[in-house]
Amino acid sequence: MKQYIGRRVGYSLLSLFLLSLTIFFFVRVTGDPAALLVEPGASEADIAAIHHQFGLDRPLWVQYAIFMASLFHGDLGQSFYYRMPVMEIYLSRLPNSLILAVVAMGLSLLIGIPSGILAAVRVGRFWDSAGKVFALLGLSLPSFWVGLVLILVFSVYLGWLPSSGAGTPLHLIMPAFALGWYFAAAHMRLTRSSMLEVLGSEYVKLARIKGLPESLVIAKHAFKNALIPVLTLAGINLVIMVNVAVVVETVFAWPGIGRLLYEGITFRDFPVVQGVVIMGGAMIVTVNLLVDILYAVIDPRIRLER
Amino acid sequence: MSTQAEIIALPPRLRWRRVSLRLGDFPLIPTLILLSVALVAIFANVLAPHNPEVGSLAARFRPPFWQTGGSTQYFLGTDQLGRDVLSRLIFGARVSMIVGFTAVIFAGVVGTGLGIISGYLGGWVDQVIMRLTDTWLALPALTFAIFLAAIVGPSMWNIVIILGITYWTRYARVIRGEVLSLKEREFVRLAIVAGCSKWTIMRRHILPNVINSAIVLGTLMLGVVIITEATLSFLGVGVPPPQPAWGLMLSDGKQGLMVGRWWLTIFPGCCIMLMVLSANLLGDWLRVKLDPQLRQL
Repeated sequence: MKQYIGRRVGYSLLSLFLLSLTIFFFVRVTGDPAALLVEPGASEADIAAIHHQFGLDRPLWVQYAIFMASLFHGDLGQSFYYRMPVMEIYLSRLPNSLILAVVAMGLSLLIGIPSGILAAVRVGRFWDSAGKVFALLGLSLPSFWVGLVLILVFSVYLGWLPSSGAGTPLHLIMPAFALGWYFAAAHMRLTRSSMLEVLGSEYVKLARIKGLPESLVIAKHAFKNALIPVLTLAGINLVIMVNVAVVVETVFAWPGIGRLLYEGITFRDFPVVQGVVIMGGAMIVTVNLLVDILYAVIDPRIRLER
Repeated sequence: MSTQAEIIALPPRLRWRRVSLRLGDFPLIPTLILLSVALVAIFANVLAPHNPEVGSLAARFRPPFWQTGGSTQYFLGTDQLGRDVLSRLIFGARVSMIVGFTAVIFAGVVGTGLGIISGYLGGWVDQVIMRLTDTWLALPALTFAIFLAAIVGPSMWNIVIILGITYWTRYARVIRGEVLSLKEREFVRLAIVAGCSKWTIMRRHILPNVINSAIVLGTLMLGVVIITEATLSFLGVGVPPPQPAWGLMLSDGKQGLMVGRWWLTIFPGCCIMLMVLSANLLGDWLRVKLDPQLRQL
């Protein structure tokens, strides 16, 4: 067990190391960061001064060491645009993203789980096919376009919901739906397949033989066990949601991390872009690690695999 | 004479029946949609009624022809620069097709190649490639693509490379798994005994056996890649203006949305949806037909 956890932690650290290396490499090699800091037409001396100020005139490995050292201190650098530490901005935006992700996740589970169960119970019949169509649509529609269409219908034509911004629960509805839509399809698919697997198992057969009514078999015996993989996926997806919300947040001007990333791109604010990507990667690597360890605790067979 | 005619007439009909049985649930409509998008992309110059990149400011924000103020001159209306929406959609198909297919092929070649090498050679090569794949899979793909695109700057070919870099891992994982079981099979052992080099075995004996899976994965990836391209273009780090890309058109149409210029948002989105939906349906069908092993994917 210790060995297994040790190896997993090692892999995660390796992942983070490669992530930092890739980001460092791309920022330095594909262009001169100083060129983004100065006005167009700045003199050579100005650029050299900026190189010196940011340590860009030192050898690459020294730059990398400094970059990593500040990362370990939780220092993601200074935003060019806001003139504030990136970490501070990031943390001030994080709660908004979390609220959006939690509500979107709730919506996606509320849609995905019942429809998945329905599809599994009525496998091969109307509700199963309807579920398939829904899942395909969910996976084929770009979330930002769903958002735009929602704005068109509910803000422009019906005038029921505010089209952008944050503050009231009403602001949350459309972004959460646009974001949750795709995940609802994913959750539906998993609920269906996991439910089908459980319904075919021995203990469900036993429950039926015992003479329990079908509704009780599904609700009491099958449902609970079928839910485990779905909830695991939901946990991972919550973190992914925070990080893929870029487009949805941009469409609805929702002041979260995704919006921050978008602003970073438009203002050529590299420390912000870099910071958001590093934090996102770190979050996902950590969650994956936790899930791996949790699984190993629950199921000893996983530990023995390579 | 009549018996002879019957004998001649029989085989084609039989053949036709066999084909129709095999193609029983062939997704005809999605295939037709993809084919027609491809044709539209190829013949964009001929089909487009106007220049997609130049408009006349006198004709800004014309609605589609069936609405008041619209005319059949601009069939689906015009955008904020007076450019014809239909022509931009037609040329946008070209961008989507080029980016979609080249990115899928690029990712496929890299991923399949590394998957075969990793699975067949094993040892430390396998370790290195698989660790790299795991790392890559652990990263949030979209954020990573946005980051790369923001740094290298907007251009259609940059997008192709970025999408390739982002999505090769999906292939590598699956292909490696297949190679692991393939290399234990007799024909591979016989090839080793016959004295084939590792390179020859990988190219002549392993590759043809995994190409089906690579094609299935590629079809399924096509939708993902097209959505990602549209997303990047929408965020302004994808295909640069004034090139007509569907994602870019959606981004331009955003300003007009609040005053009800729906045609700038609905039409490009429908194009993306149709194409992605078709690719997914075709991919699902191919998956079941070509490669039962992938059904659990």
